[in-house]
Amino acid sequence: MIRVAGAGWPTLLYKELLRFWKVSFQTIAAPVLTALLYLLIFSHVLEANVTVFGGAVGYTAFLVPGLVMMSVLQNAFANSSSSMIQSKLTGNLIFILLPPLSPGDLFVAYVLGAMVRGLAVGLGVFVVTLFFVPSLLAMPHPLWALSFALLGSAILGTFGLLAGMWAEKFDQLAVFQNFIIVPFTFLSGVFYSIHSLPPFWQAASRWNPFFYMIDGFRYGFFGLSDVPPLLSLAVVAGCCAALSALTLTLLRRGWKLRN
Amino acid sequence: MSAAVEFIEVARSFGSVKALAGVSFAVEEGEFFGLLGPNGAGKTTLISIAAGLTRADSGTARILGHDVTSDYRAARRSLGVVPQELVFDPFFTVRETLRIQSGYFGLRDNDDWIDEILHHLDLTSKADANMRSLSGGMKRRVLVGQALVHKPPVIVLDEPTAGVDVELRQSLWGFIRKLNRDGHTIILTTHYLEEAEALCGRIAMLKAGSVVALDTKHNLLSRFAGITVRLAADRVPAAWRGRVLREEGGLHFVALDHYADLESLLREMRVEGLAIRELALLEADLEDVFLKIMGGEMENAGKTAGRAGRAEARA
Repeated sequence: MIRVAGAGWPTLLYKELLRFWKVSFQTIAAPVLTALLYLLIFSHVLEANVTVFGGAVGYTAFLVPGLVMMSVLQNAFANSSSSMIQSKLTGNLIFILLPPLSPGDLFVAYVLGAMVRGLAVGLGVFVVTLFFVPSLLAMPHPLWALSFALLGSAILGTFGLLAGMWAEKFDQLAVFQNFIIVPFTFLSGVFYSIHSLPPFWQAASRWNPFFYMIDGFRYGFFGLSDVPPLLSLAVVAGCCAALSALTLTLLRRGWKLRN
Repeated sequence: MSAAVEFIEVARSFGSVKALAGVSFAVEEGEFFGLLGPNGAGKTTLISIAAGLTRADSGTARILGHDVTSDYRAARRSLGVVPQELVFDPFFTVRETLRIQSGYFGLRDNDDWIDEILHHLDLTSKADANMRSLSGGMKRRVLVGQALVHKPPVIVLDEPTAGVDVELRQSLWGFIRKLNRDGHTIILTTHYLEEAEALCGRIAMLKAGSVVALDTKHNLLSRFAGITVRLAADRVPAAWRGRVLREEGGLHFVALDHYADLESLLREMRVEGLAIRELALLEADLEDVFLKIMGGEMENAGKTAGRAGRAEARA
């Protein structure tokens, strides 16, 4: 009676992609525009006044990878967190809790969906900013940049899933977004090199995982970074592994989902 | 052969509230089974445990022999649940909704069956409509469709006709009956006792987290409600006076335990030379049984709910 069935997670991933694609004006075009505005305003005001990497890189060029990565991170978080909490609040989460989807299936689908959204927005920002700084296309270490984009979006996608599972209303999710994601990305060196900071804030930045994501990503573009890229990669990969393990454990327990 | 659904000492508390206090029973394959009880009796908690939506504090639940936690993949593949809440995903059309639900079960190219579901649920014309644009009754039908995409051998319907108009209710039951005839096991919880009476072969009644009755509908009706004879005669035989329930203008309502009692009643009428002007057998309905079993304070609330249900069924 029951046909031999394949895996269910590709469909959940497809649903996650369709969900944001159907409102792509809001989920992709809007964040690209926001990043573009940052670029126009900050580069206009600061290009002549700020020196980064000892003058080896212009400020506008320096800013682009930061904005691309910030967009990747914020949108990856937004995708999984809003999808999960919407499903919880409307009750249609039941549609994925009833089928034989494993905790790993849920994890993979939500996180990959978030990564695709984050990377799509990041790519959009990159393509648009190329009009302003075409030299960025000749990046010396594209694979490094790609690794950090993948890991960063995976971390924020996972974090978003966790936040969506935890939150019981949109209000609580906004706390995550406004008091953790935005301050940590803004204070991670998107707009400046941490070498321009006083010693205390330089030291504090090293406790911010977002700093390593952005610094490592920027290394891919310029071959220059505030800390060695291998250190950044180790920190970022470690964070990704730890957060994934935590989220998978909670999913297995049915935390907040199967009460 | 394993039971379609089996509960063994299933217990669950929410804080200090005992939702289920060690429930055990089994539903055999091919049954049309009713799960009845007042609000808060634990019906939805029990179904949620079977579906893996809620975890039991202790005890075991199995679907076709598959444990719902240790062998959850096989258990969930065997089970289709129509939830009580009217939920939907506003991003998708009816067909997308059913295709996606199929995909969660790993089924691709399920369109033939989806078309059949749409046809039976009278949704074909709405296949490409967005879920948001559907009426409540239509959304309910899509929920039924979603529960059926993987042709589950066991189908659970949790109050499926709440808020659904009469016409749809009839066509829905027609479809569910057909599925039952085709070999699907059906478990139904409902507030409309008429529905349970019309459809279910066997019934479990839950009260405050415990099974208080579990039997065939027939046995429940005869055991708890018995049969009433309405007699138009001058009087009833002396030996039967104690069985008279009430009298209204020459009509005597006499309680019988079994149909066989009718013969001895008639015999004694003849012996005492009493002429019968009119005789009618009044069969009890499930509502009487339900009220008797639930008893006490439940009675008034239950009666009102039952009447409201009836009125709506006729409307």
